[in-house]
Amino acid sequence: MAEFAPKVGGRGSALSFWLWKAVKLVLTVAVTFLGLLLITFLISHVMSVDPVLRVVGDRASQSTYDAMYLQMGLDKPIWQQFWIYLQKVLSGDFGNSFLTKKPVMGDIARAFPATLELATVAILIGTLVGVPVGVWSAVKAGKAFDQIVRVLGLVGYSAPIFWLGLLGLLVFYANLQWVAGPGRIDIAYEYSFTSVTGLMLLDTAMQGEWAAFGNAFSHIILPASLLGYFSMAYISRMTRSFMLAELAQEYVTTARVKGVPEWRIIWVHALKNAAVPLVTVVALSYAGLLEGSVLTETVFAWPGLGLYLTNSLQVADMNAVLGGTLVIGAIFVGLNLLSDLLYSLLDPRVRRRVRK
Amino acid sequence: MSLLEVEDLRISFPTRQGPVEVVRGVTFSLGRERLGIVGESGSGKSQTGRAILGLTPPPGKATAKRLEFDGIDLRDASAARWRSLRGIRLSMVMQDPKFSLNPVMTIGRQLIEAARRTSSRSESKDRAMAMLEAVQIRDPARVFKAYPHELSGGMGQRAMIAMMLITEPDLLIADEPTSALDVTVQIEVLRILDRLVNERGMGLIFISHDLRLVSSFCDRVLVMYAGQVVEEVKASELKQAQHPYTQGLYNCLPRIEGGQRPLPVLQREAGWAV
Repeated sequence: MAEFAPKVGGRGSALSFWLWKAVKLVLTVAVTFLGLLLITFLISHVMSVDPVLRVVGDRASQSTYDAMYLQMGLDKPIWQQFWIYLQKVLSGDFGNSFLTKKPVMGDIARAFPATLELATVAILIGTLVGVPVGVWSAVKAGKAFDQIVRVLGLVGYSAPIFWLGLLGLLVFYANLQWVAGPGRIDIAYEYSFTSVTGLMLLDTAMQGEWAAFGNAFSHIILPASLLGYFSMAYISRMTRSFMLAELAQEYVTTARVKGVPEWRIIWVHALKNAAVPLVTVVALSYAGLLEGSVLTETVFAWPGLGLYLTNSLQVADMNAVLGGTLVIGAIFVGLNLLSDLLYSLLDPRVRRRVRK
Repeated sequence: MSLLEVEDLRISFPTRQGPVEVVRGVTFSLGRERLGIVGESGSGKSQTGRAILGLTPPPGKATAKRLEFDGIDLRDASAARWRSLRGIRLSMVMQDPKFSLNPVMTIGRQLIEAARRTSSRSESKDRAMAMLEAVQIRDPARVFKAYPHELSGGMGQRAMIAMMLITEPDLLIADEPTSALDVTVQIEVLRILDRLVNERGMGLIFISHDLRLVSSFCDRVLVMYAGQVVEEVKASELKQAQHPYTQGLYNCLPRIEGGQRPLPVLQREAGWAV
């Protein structure tokens, strides 16, 4: 990917090197988004939904219909419509939702933080548990620990998440009462803090509202653990296979010859190498979670992006669907960039070294 | 007293058809001298070297009647015992620096990691730099900061030698240390290895498939075939070798003067492997 970076040498070229990187980045992102916009725009036009009818309603007169038809610019050629759509989107206007009658942008700004918070806690659980478990299964490959993890992973992989969710609610909420039930927070706490970021854990912690924080945490922990379990199953599986490959490498033997302690060989020498491809695995899992998991959000009445998009889809609320799709696309692009960046931080072979 | 005593070393790997012995009763002893082990691929020479370091790859098993290093019985040594010997008193230079150096750690960190076995944190860096100079790296500071992929094969192998000799071990095993290098670089690297081994008076086991290289570089040569030592000769008397396999190996070396065309092909006899 760094093929057309210029040859470097000397002080001035270090600047041009980074300039190149920045230009390349902006171009990549711009082209990706243009493609994404084009696709979503075209999808909205091949849908057999009459957008005018959705706005004016079934019983509107022909003149009202025609007026709205012109107002929405549907008489113009399609490339001109796309241009108008592009300008609107670039100024942050996704139009109004037919369902909520509010701007789609505002709806997403409310729904997305809920998903972001849930996904982040979930991926943290999935990674912080999944990676060590995966490493250890590689070290103990074929032994009891590995077998148990394999079975647990398989369950995490194949059990329907709504079923696990309902079961979790029954056991931990209804019976044991260890955690709070559906929703993000109890009504009692809902107005005890001001929403700044939309991330309740962050908002409550920053405002020192620890009781509200505890309540929000109690609400999020069950759905996050479930999603985390799901991604943990995947992450630990991948970690295991990356680690098995690394532990068979010659540099591991070198380290043993040097008398490096086994824990250091595993957790430093091999894991540092395995971490490079793992970045992609974790980033993709995270991206998947950020799309919003419809089933989990439904079971736990979690007002996130998945729920919003599903509701919109069911009533063919195209503005909302397109806005949501764009946001998800943006997340994918962003996470891909981030994993590229991490890649070059972790692997010196990817890094282009700027040297005198 | 000899540095290393090996008697009846056997290494076997389990397969679906039952265990296969890849080393079948190797016996030799080593002082502070240079011993060459030659043989073709699969003759068991590398496995012999690894077994001396207790690094027989699982599920392989190494057994011996005697395996003593400086009076220490290595046969039932604990993991901790092995660690106290490896890197400090026993060491090994491996074949290809492309694979044997950790790609995501700088050369400096890898050297310091080895040096830390015997010296303090503050001394380690100086030692590492001094060692890089000792293997005739012209710009040690640059190599210290470099990652393995930024070095040529020859440079990488010098760094490897520096890393393995930094603690001044008593016994060094060099497992095909120059096979992955260009011919022009081979001699240079060998010279460095030769000088360091001489200066420090350590024992060396030089494993190679290159008979000429071994004979010019070692005092004694063990010739291995199919997991057994078929002959042990002084390097200077290689021409008078008795075993037909050794003679065959020797005869198929190309000579500049009076060259034979085509080169004779080694004729194997089933009896050698028994």
